[in-house]
Parts: sequence; structure tokens; C-alpha cells
Amino acid sequence: MPAFAALVRAGFQRHASYRRATLASAFTNSVFGFLKCYVLLTAASGRGEIAGYDAASLAMFAWAGQGLLGVVELFSWTEVTNRIRTGDIVSDLLRPVNPMVAFLAADLGRAGHALVIRLAVPITLGALCFPLRWPSAAATWLWLAVSVLLATVISFATRYLVNLLAFWWLDARGPNTLWLFGSALFSGLAIPIPFFPEWAQTVLWCTPFPWMLQAPLDVLLERGSPVLSVGGATVVAVGMLGSCAVVQHVAVRRLVVQGG
Amino acid sequence: MAEVLGAYRRLFAAQVRSQTQYRVSFAVDLLFNAGLTVIDVLVLLTVFRVTPELAGFDVRATLVMAGLAQLAFQLADLAVGNLERVPFYLRTGLLDAVLLRPLSAFGQLVVLDFAVRRVGRVLQGVATYGVALSLAGIGWTGPRVVLAVVAPFAGAVCYGAIFTAGAATMFWLVDGGEVVNVLTYGGRDFASYPTPVYGAWFGRVFGFALGLASVGYLPALALLGRSDPLGTPAWAHWGAPLVSVAWALVAALLWRVGIRHYRSTGS
Repeated sequence: MPAFAALVRAGFQRHASYRRATLASAFTNSVFGFLKCYVLLTAASGRGEIAGYDAASLAMFAWAGQGLLGVVELFSWTEVTNRIRTGDIVSDLLRPVNPMVAFLAADLGRAGHALVIRLAVPITLGALCFPLRWPSAAATWLWLAVSVLLATVISFATRYLVNLLAFWWLDARGPNTLWLFGSALFSGLAIPIPFFPEWAQTVLWCTPFPWMLQAPLDVLLERGSPVLSVGGATVVAVGMLGSCAVVQHVAVRRLVVQGG
Repeated sequence: MAEVLGAYRRLFAAQVRSQTQYRVSFAVDLLFNAGLTVIDVLVLLTVFRVTPELAGFDVRATLVMAGLAQLAFQLADLAVGNLERVPFYLRTGLLDAVLLRPLSAFGQLVVLDFAVRRVGRVLQGVATYGVALSLAGIGWTGPRVVLAVVAPFAGAVCYGAIFTAGAATMFWLVDGGEVVNVLTYGGRDFASYPTPVYGAWFGRVFGFALGLASVGYLPALALLGRSDPLGTPAWAHWGAPLVSVAWALVAALLWRVGIRHYRSTGS
């Protein structure tokens, strides 16, 4: 446990040292927040609400989504793939901490750092420029914190699983493309999941993608029961981490380390 | 001159040959590249599932704008998209090698790492634009045909210039390079929807000060024969492709200043 805490701290510090890059990301996410917010608000302007979202909810959806995307990390991540390709993964395997646990700790540290800047900047800007719908119940904030943590774990586990496929394919470009497709379209980043037809929504909630962004946003906007959302996310998080553990176990057993 | 062109041609041919060496791998890459760009079209169609119109434009009219923006962006991305790698060249010192060779730095950077797989994205752009044009019920006239052909290329010059100007600012920004995405990918997303969607000041800055309304929105108005709720005159719709000339001049100037500003670390 002290090792885990130290790795979380290291993950936080690693990202804290790229100040300019973090600010650049926060700025970029914010401008895309404007683009997304205006399109959603215009779509709702005719009838006042769409798919159960009124204007203030849509604005909150857009801005909180732009802030959280850096926290849960929806962009592609190839660190482990690169380490598998170069063989550096061997030194990760030699360490006393399971690489999955070590990378998870570092990712949680990264997410913690993202909360400070990458979430704060877009939310502040959004609140200054648009009326946002804030939670009405105080307990929502607590549920939201748990929900964001679980979303980060699910996002990490899915990214890690995609990365692990490099043990078989060397470059995980194919699975990575599927990741990009899923994280952009089916997580609630581009459009709210309730915009999709009913049957598609049912299918999507069986994948990890909506659990990474739509689920915490639902909790924030108090759509549906937070207990169900957090409970479901817990099941998905455990399932995804379990899959990672199994895949890593199989991969390590067939791994042949070349000397030299 | 012929010698210089020959050198570029050989560099280019070498890239194409090496990247298409593994046929299946290359075909899969092409397909993935085309597939990824479909995301933006799917988002647009899903938005129109829940609303019949955006700022007075239905799905067919908006698809023409999106088709124009997408095709223009994909063409620019194919041609000069790898200028996004300038920070990598700066960090690794490869730019020093480029500057030492007797060819223009810009030309070499475009040819080096030319990503042939991006042809897949252009094919997707052509398909989207083609479908949009055929569904929009355009009353075809001679000038409209010319505009429909010229507009995507003019838009491509705009985006290409934005890529170039963005790459030039890397000489100063280095690790803050992500801000350039605001104008490249953000510019593509902006131009994919009618400009009146974007509120007063934001639409004015992106659409008219930065000229991005000229990529999708204004030429689409001319093609559809509609007037602009924002009040721009018809000649501006037809003249929109000229904005690309201004962008090209700005980008050329910025690139020149940027590359002169560059001081190698000498390592």
C-alpha cells in the first residue's frame, strides 16, 4: 500500500512538471467546449429540451464533459504498447509490484493532477459564459466523486487491455482505432448517449465506453439513481480489471525475452 | 528546377514504396483511417435524430457544409498534415539535418513521413461530399458546378495554411503545441455546422475574423441558393474561396519568420 501511494504521487508529479502542456490542453478542451455547447444548445432551442436535457443541462453536459475527458483520459495511450515493442516491459515485470497495479497507480496520480487544471479551467469558463445546471442535492457531490474515480479506473483498464494486445500484435494500431472510435463516439464525449436510439443505448451500456464519461455526467445531472450508476460502474471496473489481469497473466506466460 | 523536382519525386516515391510494402497491413490502415473520419458524420446524423433543424438548416443542407469541411480538411491533412510532427523534429534534432540539405525545409518536411494511408480519409471525404451534394436537391447551373469543384480545394488551402501556420508557431510554443488543434481540428468541426449556430461573438471570431465560415457555410449557401440569416451578401458566398489566398499568404509569412527564429541546440 505505501508503494501504491508513492506511485500515485509520482504519477501526479510527473504531470505537474509539464505546466505549459497542461495549460495548452485545458485551453484546447475549452475551445472545443464552446463548439460542442453551441451545437447542443441550438439543437434544443426549438423545443426547449431534447432527450430529457434542458438548455442548462446540455451546457453542463458539454462543459463538464470537456473537463472530465482529461481526468478519465479518453485519448489514445500507447505507453505500455511502446514498452512491449521495445522490450522495456521486461524491467516492469521484474519489479516487485505487478505492472497493472503500478500503471493504475500512476494513472490515478495523473487523474488527480488533471482535476486541478484540466477540469477546473473548462468548468470555470463554461460557468462564466453559460447558465449551467448544478446539482440540487448535496449528496450528489459525494456520488460524483466516487463515480469519477470509477470512470477513471474503467478508462484505465480499457486502455491497458488495448495496450496489452501488443503482446500478440506488436503494434496495437487496430485495437487502438477501435478505442478511438469507442471513446469519441460511444462514451458521451461527442453527443449524449440518450441521443442514440433505444436499442443502441442498451447495446452501448454493455460496453465499457459510456461508463467512462456518460455515467459520471448522469450522476452530476441527477439523471437516474446514483446508487445504480455507481453500483454498475463498480461491476464494470472489477470486470475490466479482472480481464486485464487474466490477459496479462496469459501474455506473460508466453512472453519470450530475447537476450542481448 | 527539374533537378529539385526530381529530388522531391524520388523522396516521395521512396515513402510511398516503403509504406505500401506490406500490402495487407497497408489496406487495413487505409480502412481504419477512412473509418475513423466517419465519426464526425455519425455525430452530425445523431444530432439530427433528436432535432429536425439547426439554426434553420435541415440535415441535407448541413451535410453539404460538413461534406465541404471534411473533404477540405482531409485533403489538407493528406498533403501537409504531418507538419504536426514538427515538435518531434525539433526535439530529436532532425530539423537540423533537414536545414543542412539543399532543398527547402518546408518541401522536405511535407515529403518526409508523407502518410499514404491518409488517402483513406480523402476517400471518405469524397464520399460524404458526393452523397451530400446528391441529396441536397441543388439546382445545378454552370457557376454552381464550378463552385462545387473549387470550394473543397480552396478549403483545403485554408486548412493547409492553418497546419503550416500552426507548425511555424511550434518554434516558439514547443510543448504547448496542442493549442494549434483549436484551429485545425476545431476549425474542421466549426465549419461542419452552420455558422449561425455558434452565438454572436464566437461565431464572428471563428467564422469571419478567422475566415472559417468560408470553408463550409458560405459556399454551401451559394450552392443551395439560400440567403444568410447573418446578413452576408450573395457575392461573399460566391467569393468565399478567395479567403484561402489570404490564409496562404499569412501562413507563408509565419513559416518564414518561424524558421528564421529557430536556433538549434547544437547537440
